Amino acid sequence: MSLRTSKPARAGQYAALLCYLVFIAFPFAWLISTAFKPPRELATLHPTWIPKDPTLQNFRDAFDQQPLLHAALNSLIAAFSAALIAVVIATPMAYVMARHRSRLSTAATGWVVVSQAFPFVLIIIPLFLILKNLHLINSLPGLIMVYVVWSLPFALWMLVGYVRAVPPELEEAAAVDGASRLRTLVSVTAPLLAPGLVATALFAFITAWNEFFFALVLLKTPEKQTLPVVLTHFLGAEGVADLGPLAAAAFLATIPSLVIFAIIQKRITGGMLAGAVKS
Amino acid sequence: MASSYRITRRQALAGALAAVLPVAGCTDSDSDSGGKITLQFQSLAWQAESVTANKQLVKEWNAAHPDVQVTYIQGSWDSVHDQLLTSFEGGEAPDVIHDASDDLADFAYGGYLADLGTLLPARLKADIPAGSWETTTFGKGVYGVPFLQEPRVIIANAKWLKESGVRIPTPAKPWSWEEFRTVTGQLSGGGKFGVAWPLKEPVSVTLNLGLSAGGQLFHRGEDGKVTVRFADGDAVVPGTVQAQINTDHSSPTTTLGSGGSDTLPGFFGGKYAMVPLGFSYRQQIVQQAPKGFEWTVLPAPAGRDGLAQGVSPQTLSVSQDCPHKKEAMAFIDFMLQPRNMVRLAKGDWMLPTGTEALKDPALHAEKDGWATGTALAGALRPAPAQSVRGYPEWKDKVATPAYQEYYSGAIDTAELEKRLVRDGNRVLARYQR
Repeated sequence: MSLRTSKPARAGQYAALLCYLVFIAFPFAWLISTAFKPPRELATLHPTWIPKDPTLQNFRDAFDQQPLLHAALNSLIAAFSAALIAVVIATPMAYVMARHRSRLSTAATGWVVVSQAFPFVLIIIPLFLILKNLHLINSLPGLIMVYVVWSLPFALWMLVGYVRAVPPELEEAAAVDGASRLRTLVSVTAPLLAPGLVATALFAFITAWNEFFFALVLLKTPEKQTLPVVLTHFLGAEGVADLGPLAAAAFLATIPSLVIFAIIQKRITGGMLAGAVKS
Repeated sequence: MASSYRITRRQALAGALAAVLPVAGCTDSDSDSGGKITLQFQSLAWQAESVTANKQLVKEWNAAHPDVQVTYIQGSWDSVHDQLLTSFEGGEAPDVIHDASDDLADFAYGGYLADLGTLLPARLKADIPAGSWETTTFGKGVYGVPFLQEPRVIIANAKWLKESGVRIPTPAKPWSWEEFRTVTGQLSGGGKFGVAWPLKEPVSVTLNLGLSAGGQLFHRGEDGKVTVRFADGDAVVPGTVQAQINTDHSSPTTTLGSGGSDTLPGFFGGKYAMVPLGFSYRQQIVQQAPKGFEWTVLPAPAGRDGLAQGVSPQTLSVSQDCPHKKEAMAFIDFMLQPRNMVRLAKGDWMLPTGTEALKDPALHAEKDGWATGTALAGALRPAPAQSVRGYPEWKDKVATPAYQEYYSGAIDTAELEKRLVRDGNRVLARYQR
């Protein structure tokens, strides 16, 4: 089968890709533009992309008014821990569910999907009471526990798919060559699963990094609050906002996600290609 | 409309709450040690000046009261209702709670807030007018101290109005609603509009300003039950706004879905001569207005009941679970001493409710329109229906879509009345069985 595409079709593909990139980049570009605008440029009838009189005052105000760095550290701890724990728990579970198909694993997969349908507000009060009894209110470990539980079903569901994509014949070949079960898992399955693990960890990290409502309800003291909660302190009643500092703080809050994506994006793609070649 | 049958986040949370009520209700005892009392104060202050004022007052209290220390907790207006409800149910609510009077009904009737009736110091009780106390009185109890309020005013392009030659209204001689309509017609033309109504939340604007024309909409019977009735007074404000948008074209249709801040670029850019906004928006205008832009604060138009308009003041309440209610009340009394109330009001660009605080010369300055706002204080009334059970559902499911369609010209006054009354009473009836 030929992979060649005609020039007009290729041009169309690039045009579509460009439109898509502009569509998804627009809010972020606007956020950056807003973060560097002085107050007077935030309410003009004909706003410009490039600030006419760029300023860092919004960043200074954001840092002066709220403990952004401390909140970012809290978010980082919560998100990183939640991602790590979720992947550690989900990986063996996913392996079992993918390799040992039974009615139980089918039911478990179904339950995992159904559990994603529960909205936050239905579970927050029971969750609050459970954490209170465990003395985990207003603590990062309590929040991490919630994030792990919250992201685990989807992480599991993702990883089951990745494990299934690894041909069992490879494991059987390793067994024929005399590798033990553990050796097979470590030396054959795990490397092929690496991109899946990274993608799943990334999903869990981003979910926890952006999460607002659990953090708002479970954390009380300012020194425990995470970045999304602190960002709302720039908002007043009826949606009024201190737009400049809010944009500056929101821009800073997106940087860790971007950096992590940039670092591991290559690994995800590389790993996927490696797996494809081997299979 | 599909949204009419949507289950709101608040309703879902209430459902979840009902499901877990049997296992809840046990609260931890206070963990004070060494005889020192610690109170948690959750503030929703968000503007830098306001946060500074609140924190400074807490610091002053702590310095003067070593045995009753207050911890400042920064809350957020965003999702405050859900956050408080969860905290109340989990027995972890702050001791002193900053909120708004229109958010208190559920908490008061639910037994989450302390009745302050017997705790209120005589000074504070006498300082705040009876009308303001009504906003926090539910049944026979008082569940919050109203301390800051903001009337809706008209922010106007001073130069534009002056050059047009129209009469400039004052609190002593305001425009009538008819005159306002005429003036906005005179100011319009050539792609410019006399007024831009930000009507993202049309219900509170309409009901609050409607009081001036005698609009009441909600009527409490002798049996205590509330019903909706649409009288002539209820039609004046929505009728004027609708005519400006759809008949006179002196107000753009593009701002029907806008919030107050969204209208400012057009206002600064000379597209709109006036924008009706909350009093505190002046802070944004001072910050964002182009250099040399001349603006002024005008009173909202008057009707047969003068300048009356509804407000939902910001409040300070005490949690029912607070083991030190007396001390919490003493802290509130300190925060709301006239001098301190002025500091809080200036920080939030709002009006204090206290009569002594309102005498402060800073609040009578012409600069930034303080004097106009302060002159309106006596005309402020409790927002209609804020204590009516079922009001949030009536607002979300019936009134908001009905007013939105009315202002866009999709339905006429008769249909608006039918929806507000017929559909509205069905909703209210469910809450009053």
